[in-house]
Amino acid sequence: AGVGPQGSATEHGAPPAPERVLFPPTFSVSEIKNKQRRHFMFLRWKQQQRKEKLAAKKKRRKEREALGDKAPPKPIPKTIENQRIYDETTVDPNDEEVAFDEATDEFAPYFNRQTVPKILITTSDRPRGRTVRFCEQLSTVIPNSHVYYRRGLALKKIIPQCIARDFTDLIVINEDRKIPNGLVLSHLPEGPTAHFRMSSVRLRKEIKRTGKEPTEHIPEVILNNFTTRLGHSVGRMLASLFPHDPQFIGRQVATFHNQRDYIFFRFHRYIFKSEKKVGIQELGPRFTLKLRSLQKGTFDSMFGEYEWIHKRREMDTSRRKFHL
Amino acid sequence: TLLSSSGRCYLYMKTIERAAFPRRLWERVLLSRNYEKALEEIDENLIYWPRFIRHKCKQRFTKITQYLIRIRKLTLKRQRKLVPLRRKIERREKRREEKALIAAQLDNAIEKELLERLKQDTYGDIYNFPIHAFDKALQQQDTESESESDAEKEDDEEEDTDRREFVEADDSDLSDFEDMDKLETSEEELEEEEEVEKKVSHSRSKGKTPLKGPARSKRPYVKIEYEEETEPATKTKAT
Repeated sequence: AGVGPQGSATEHGAPPAPERVLFPPTFSVSEIKNKQRRHFMFLRWKQQQRKEKLAAKKKRRKEREALGDKAPPKPIPKTIENQRIYDETTVDPNDEEVAFDEATDEFAPYFNRQTVPKILITTSDRPRGRTVRFCEQLSTVIPNSHVYYRRGLALKKIIPQCIARDFTDLIVINEDRKIPNGLVLSHLPEGPTAHFRMSSVRLRKEIKRTGKEPTEHIPEVILNNFTTRLGHSVGRMLASLFPHDPQFIGRQVATFHNQRDYIFFRFHRYIFKSEKKVGIQELGPRFTLKLRSLQKGTFDSMFGEYEWIHKRREMDTSRRKFHL
Repeated sequence: TLLSSSGRCYLYMKTIERAAFPRRLWERVLLSRNYEKALEEIDENLIYWPRFIRHKCKQRFTKITQYLIRIRKLTLKRQRKLVPLRRKIERREKRREEKALIAAQLDNAIEKELLERLKQDTYGDIYNFPIHAFDKALQQQDTESESESDAEKEDDEEEDTDRREFVEADDSDLSDFEDMDKLETSEEELEEEEEVEKKVSHSRSKGKTPLKGPARSKRPYVKIEYEEETEPATKTKAT
């Protein structure tokens, strides 16, 4: 070991003098005190590792070719979605309990086509330009929606008025420093309220290569990747914003895609070029949502009963655990 | 001077005789809630003080009462709750969102979903691609029935173009997808209008490549006519 530091400078991994019992003297690269030499040795070590890895890969490929058809299948790369911690509340498509629940929850009348959604979009106080434009674009995307500005009216007072005028959903877009950053979606007749954090909002003119304006046709809805019970309820809530019978002539589709707890919203127009090919063209605003809390009743910050809140300390600890 | 604490105003007075006792230096008088009465109280308490100081005290008193009123009014309205951002968390969330976006591969997912829906016939009769059925047929029956299926293909294509505008442009020369899209939509609109007026048997091929085989012989002149009509319009729309 006393030979180590000097020996490393001169020879790389030289075997010890035969009288030593230690075999071999593995000096670790981090023991060298001199920074320059340490750095140099580390680079050399890294190069060697790379070479070894390349050689191993080549060997494996040769083996695979040699075996031909009998070669073992390629190992699947690990992704976060593969490694996701299994959530007990994942919904099985054939689960009866879930089916029963969904038949009797607040969205049942919508899904049975008894009610037609009517949406009220509003903002927080004093909306700035971007938020206003975003509200307008959102109202073109969602059919049967109206935008009203709020000049200092309390939400708790708005809600009974909305119920009286037969609105089914209320969307409040919260704004901070001139950009919209939060969304409160509340299903009005005593429905759940979801509070999302909105990020990366792109208005229509900021989307590159966008098509024309969306028409008045009712778009289709695609909900991807909502697996758990919580995800299911959020998905149903989002789907209930759109009227249930899409007009396929319009060829428009609104997509809510959930990936790692972020819900991406896109609005496209599609064309079937052939049997196996479809072309899509993005029109309409895009934004991403992250669920912050889900309340059972309508919006009530003080007395509401929370069904789910995002608790940072507990829920953000694992990188592979997702809730939606 | 004047100070206000918990919504009430106090007049504080300092006299030089008490300069030796800092604890008892300031003498405090509570002022009444009534604005005018309080002004009178200030006057009688500061009676031998110079005029300037009295004036200044009254000015300060006015200012204080005004902002107290304002506070009371504001607390009745909704307050904006300021929640501090946590920089590390913001950065982490942003990073995760970007990675999730990359992992999501939205366009592919949407396209896949739409094709699924097409396969499961949710669109009903709007899009008919008989080629699909014939691909399957071709795979099942091997080489013998190729001629039959070709004939059927042509028949169906005739029907198809009679009814609708969607014909697969097999080798479309258009490399740019957007233009094709715009062409498609504008063509559709035109075709829909025109088809309503003119009746069925006129066929139209949208692709630049002509239709296959014997079908071609029936329709070349008709084709040329309509292509000339529609092309300038579509060209202007595409550009």
